[in-house]
Amino acid sequence: MTVTHTPTAGPATPSVEKTTYREAMREALREALRTDDRVFLMGEDVGRYGGCFGVSLGLLEEFGPERIRDAPLSESAFVGAGIGAAMAGMRPIVEIMTVNFSLLALDQILNNAATLLHMSGGQLPVPIVIRMTTGAGRQLAAQHSHSLEGWYAHIPGLRVLAPATITDARHMLTPALADPDPVLIFEHGSLYNVSGELSAHSGPVDIDRAAIRRPGTDVSVITYGGSLPKALAAAEDLANIGISAEVVDLRTLRPLDDATIGDSVARTHRAVVVDEGWRSGSLAAEISARLTEQHFYDLDAPIERVCSVEVPMPYARRLEEAALPQPAGIVTAARRAVGEPVPTGADEGADAGRSS
Amino acid sequence: MAEFTMPSLGADMDEGLLQEWLVGPGDRVHKGDVVAVVETDKAAIEVECFESGTVGRLLVRAGTRVPVGTPLAVIEGATPREPRSAQKPVATGSRDKHATHAARTSGSPPPLPQKPAAEATSAIGAGPLVRHLALQRGVDLTALHGTGPGGRITRADVERAAPAPGPRVRATPYARHLARDLGIDLTTVRGTGDGGAVRAADVRTATRARVERPEPERAGARGREGEQHGHVAVPTDSAGEHRTDAMRRAVAELMSRSKREIPHYYLSTTIDFSAAEEWLRRFNRDRPLSDRLVPAALLLKAAATAAREVPSLNGYWQHDQFVAGSAVNLGVAVSLRQGGLLAPVIHDADTLSPDVLMAGLKDLVQRARRGRLRGSEMSGATLTVTNLGDQGVETVFGVIHPPQVALVGFGAVVERPWAVGGMLGVRPVVTATLAADHRATDGAVGARYLTAIGRLLQKPEEW
Repeated sequence: MTVTHTPTAGPATPSVEKTTYREAMREALREALRTDDRVFLMGEDVGRYGGCFGVSLGLLEEFGPERIRDAPLSESAFVGAGIGAAMAGMRPIVEIMTVNFSLLALDQILNNAATLLHMSGGQLPVPIVIRMTTGAGRQLAAQHSHSLEGWYAHIPGLRVLAPATITDARHMLTPALADPDPVLIFEHGSLYNVSGELSAHSGPVDIDRAAIRRPGTDVSVITYGGSLPKALAAAEDLANIGISAEVVDLRTLRPLDDATIGDSVARTHRAVVVDEGWRSGSLAAEISARLTEQHFYDLDAPIERVCSVEVPMPYARRLEEAALPQPAGIVTAARRAVGEPVPTGADEGADAGRSS
Repeated sequence: MAEFTMPSLGADMDEGLLQEWLVGPGDRVHKGDVVAVVETDKAAIEVECFESGTVGRLLVRAGTRVPVGTPLAVIEGATPREPRSAQKPVATGSRDKHATHAARTSGSPPPLPQKPAAEATSAIGAGPLVRHLALQRGVDLTALHGTGPGGRITRADVERAAPAPGPRVRATPYARHLARDLGIDLTTVRGTGDGGAVRAADVRTATRARVERPEPERAGARGREGEQHGHVAVPTDSAGEHRTDAMRRAVAELMSRSKREIPHYYLSTTIDFSAAEEWLRRFNRDRPLSDRLVPAALLLKAAATAAREVPSLNGYWQHDQFVAGSAVNLGVAVSLRQGGLLAPVIHDADTLSPDVLMAGLKDLVQRARRGRLRGSEMSGATLTVTNLGDQGVETVFGVIHPPQVALVGFGAVVERPWAVGGMLGVRPVVTATLAADHRATDGAVGARYLTAIGRLLQKPEEW
């Protein structure tokens, strides 16, 4: 594994390093670029500007324009070029600024990347990694803030990852690049500034498995990506009122790890699914359906979903907050699931997605 | 033509596993013949046919689980059933009301007059809706009397024959699952969930409550098993361990209920058994070993016959009053090797000769221990006998099997110094005891009963 780029000289590498989600992501890219000549990064503003969210800052200087390539404002073109490069034996990492813009490249992603292996009778794998930001919470309004990863999770032939922790941000890229199929990595915009500790001994993560981020016995809060911190905060609040919530981080949105999710619900008998996507036809809907199919007889309450209000994401801070899943709403849903009385008023706002 | 349907072998049974067919197409069957083995949650039960005729098509393959009322086979040339039996083919008790009802109907010898066949065929005139409803409710249309124009069967007729099932209990899937595992009847559990839904926690609370303070009115599946007169719970070899536990709980629940609710009084008398023993010796003398009678046969016979003489000990205590049994259906306590207790029933025991009684007893004990009792053998006991003679004890003071009002106990036949006519001699004697419900009878009645047993045992040749 690559040693950290920090210039501080010391006799030994510290076993735990303080870092941010953004830096962890950058470190993952750096490691990939260093260890495999076939890897290159391509996307809008990834080079000179250092990435729209600062993820690739400094990489151009380190690896040169051959491998850190600024692309024109044409998602379809540069994603398509990435797919072609992957088919030709390269290991492209393509960055799309936000998931909203990725729809311009949807034709490439769905009709080419996801289907070529099948349509070529197994002869043309497309080992591309496409990274993009997703999610709201930073007042970027409707065209920059939606959570459409659930749509991609709908598509067979893709693997869809959603790193929610610094460790996952640091270590999901390696297995993603090793995957012969197209892998989409969704980085929630609100996570980049999250800082925390990263063990120097942490290795590649298992991208087939969901993770239990907090064990509990009364209710399973199932979530991923940018909603994980909210779910953990809610679990903390729930613990204060005597409800033990287990927080399950999906990590991989496709294929879903039914076993981990199901085992958790089989233990807690109640489920709250937190998904920043819109409720109708959402990933939360898929998880809810699977739990009903596979664990009906383990359920002791209707499955609760905490999703975004079904509106274009508002710009105004209060409205945006109101439209998004929040810890209070998760607490309310969990209380309902375990049959605790829900304080009056708690339903409002926190639960707005239910009625829409 | 009639349909043989999946019987309800208890109020908590809504489906059963057809384990095996004992007949095939073309076989002649008679009313009461065992035609199939049905496995319920509790036991494998041999199910009797309620028609006579020829088995036509088998509609359900062995190994299939089907809801109660599902037609299993067509019986051709069957005479139409009596309306009563159509309503509940095998009314294995479950609730007191049903069981008494069944006991009364099955016990009273003359059945309701049979309808002429021509009238029965008018059932064909029932419309599709009515036929669908009848199928759903498991009602045999040929057994119904139509009240519609021209004798047509109406929806109301079907509904009268089989009232709609009670409102479905609102419960979470996990609560249902848990209730089944814990043997809790969901209808008895108070739901605290959304809209009164029963949640897992409610089931657990109910279980705890049952252990700490069992309430007869709210007694759940465990309690109801007890109310299935004549049987407590039936183990089968297939799920031995689990069922043994379940049986222990069932016995515990039933006996606690008995001791809690029933003010027992006890009487005991020692009976000179020498006349009976002499009779047995004569009876057995020319018989092969397998056909010989043991004292138990005479004791059962005496207990049954005496019950006919003192009918106020033969029946049920229900809704604060005594309901006399219409026949003497003797429950016989059978201890099982793996632990637990069953009390299968010998119907009309007072009318059977000692050797028939003996054969019946032997068969019943064997099958009880194998877990292969028939539905009708598990219900309808009006009086129970427990005989611990073979265990060597002299006296047994029993606990009444609710809702029955008495339990007769016999100890071992032992030789004792015995004075007759001022002379001391060694005679075989047996101690007969009576545990009786003081709400239903007083000691004088009980005394009359024990005296009758004693008297009967002096003259077995007169039976």
